[in-house]
Amino acid sequence: MAPAGQTVHKPFVGELLGREDFSIISDIVEPNSKVLDLGCGEGELLEWLAENKGVEARGVEISAAKAQKAIARGVSAYQGDIDEVLEDYSDHAFDYVILSQTLQETRNPLKVLRDMLRVGRRAIVAFPNFGHWSVRLSLLLTGRAPKTPLFPYEWFDSPNIHFLTVHDFDQLARKEGFTVERCYFIAGRHRLTVLPNLLAEEAVYLVTK
Amino acid sequence: MRNCYHKISPQMTVETYTAQFETISLENGASLSPVCVAYQTYGQLNAAKSNAILILHAFSGDAHAAGISEDGKPGWWDNMIGPGKAFDTEKYFIICSNVLGGCQGTTGPSSINPQTGCPYGLGFPVITIGDMVRVQMRLVEFLGIERLLAVAGGSMGGMQALEWAVTYPDRVAAAIPIATTARHTPQQIAFNEVGRQAIMADPDWNGGNYYSGRPPGRGLAIARMVGHITYMSDESMREKFGRRLREKEKFGFDFSVDFEVESYLRYRGSQFVNRFDANSYLYITKAEDYFDLTNGTGSLADAFSRAKARFLVISFSSDWLYPSYQSQEIVRVLRRSNHDVAYCELPSNYGHDAFLVDVAEQTDVVRGFLASTHKERA
Repeated sequence: MAPAGQTVHKPFVGELLGREDFSIISDIVEPNSKVLDLGCGEGELLEWLAENKGVEARGVEISAAKAQKAIARGVSAYQGDIDEVLEDYSDHAFDYVILSQTLQETRNPLKVLRDMLRVGRRAIVAFPNFGHWSVRLSLLLTGRAPKTPLFPYEWFDSPNIHFLTVHDFDQLARKEGFTVERCYFIAGRHRLTVLPNLLAEEAVYLVTK
Repeated sequence: MRNCYHKISPQMTVETYTAQFETISLENGASLSPVCVAYQTYGQLNAAKSNAILILHAFSGDAHAAGISEDGKPGWWDNMIGPGKAFDTEKYFIICSNVLGGCQGTTGPSSINPQTGCPYGLGFPVITIGDMVRVQMRLVEFLGIERLLAVAGGSMGGMQALEWAVTYPDRVAAAIPIATTARHTPQQIAFNEVGRQAIMADPDWNGGNYYSGRPPGRGLAIARMVGHITYMSDESMREKFGRRLREKEKFGFDFSVDFEVESYLRYRGSQFVNRFDANSYLYITKAEDYFDLTNGTGSLADAFSRAKARFLVISFSSDWLYPSYQSQEIVRVLRRSNHDVAYCELPSNYGHDAFLVDVAEQTDVVRGFLASTHKERA
């Protein structure tokens, strides 16, 4: 407890969770909504959203150990493959379906995006931008599959199986008729407005259909 | 009897109480009167009566789930229930009762039929999981609890937890079915039938009428041996016994005990005879076999459409008696109908027994799930 008369500042959610995309997502999500987080990991984001925004939170996580930790946190998570799980839900079962840093790991990203916009009224998609200058430079200079702080894996052990850039996502959204309600671009701890495809390390999109 | 709530601390002796109900109507159309129910409680009911959890035992369990009994035995889920444990008795009021048809204090085939003055034997009506739950409901009402925070159990206890959630949707905030199924499968029925046939093939069984003579100990012991095989996994048996010989250097070239595993099964079988009634074995396994949450309609979605509870479903990787796919089917249906469900398959080598013995991870998920349910209700 803080001494009387002193304001307690809640840590900014990004600092609390250690991820800038989480802070943007938590700004987007409206209080008391229904949220499904695909690839929820250990449930940190959902726990925060449930406690601070009163959302009804559900999570899907493919790793048994992580799903277990999410449940231990009090999050209604279950172990499952998002490629398969999404099919089970009825139309507009959720206000938001979140896919954070996972799109590039799914087997069928387009199907996942379509299903997200069927199951949720809105989809929040956060992904690492393969168009970032460091990735381009890495490929140009080394002639090998890019290995950067953003994509730290060797080509043979990377969980990322579908690489995409900010432009790729924009183009797909146009082609599929998704409406981009908002988008955010991040480099380090900063939000960007210029040259996102070159400068953004991560992008967060709020899309509807 | 109403003011029997007490706190327990580790190693504290717990007592078994008995509640008696006038008449219980059964699913098969018959009714039973009176019905006695043996139960234990741990922890304290809060003023709002919002912290009560009903623990549901598996096939051969009893009301003694936690603490130390008067004769010095720990409860069957003592590693899960107690101060600071998954079912934390510092926070929750825990109830566990012996099932209808049992032989550990609740009315069953070995109880005296008031109309004849003799044990019921096969005169006892065939009961169902639904009947067990109806009796538990009476007990919960008797204890003055309108809505349970949770119902939880493994194996047959899990079936009861599912039954509770669909039969009394307004009376449970959360259900924790562990290592269980929504309907008994042919393989599960098959193993139960082997057990029943072993008992009924024992001449001492005598059509179920053995209470004045020798109980069918050989048949019951064999039934239990089969049961124990199904509770373990190939790997846990290899680890526990290997091909080690029992107190000998080489094969006996006879049919005495050669292997450790034989000795273990014989020991378990003979121990069981001392604490379990053969007719209860028949009745309770039959109740398991009849269990089908869909009531024969095949639609699990219809069955769960009534449920309002949150669910935590747990299965174990090496459980081949109630394999994970059966839990996943439950989870899938709940998910499709937008129920609040958490699920994980916990890694364990212990087979079906895992929910009783391999409890570290189970403790974490149950504790977190209960805490968030309790917070929501508060």
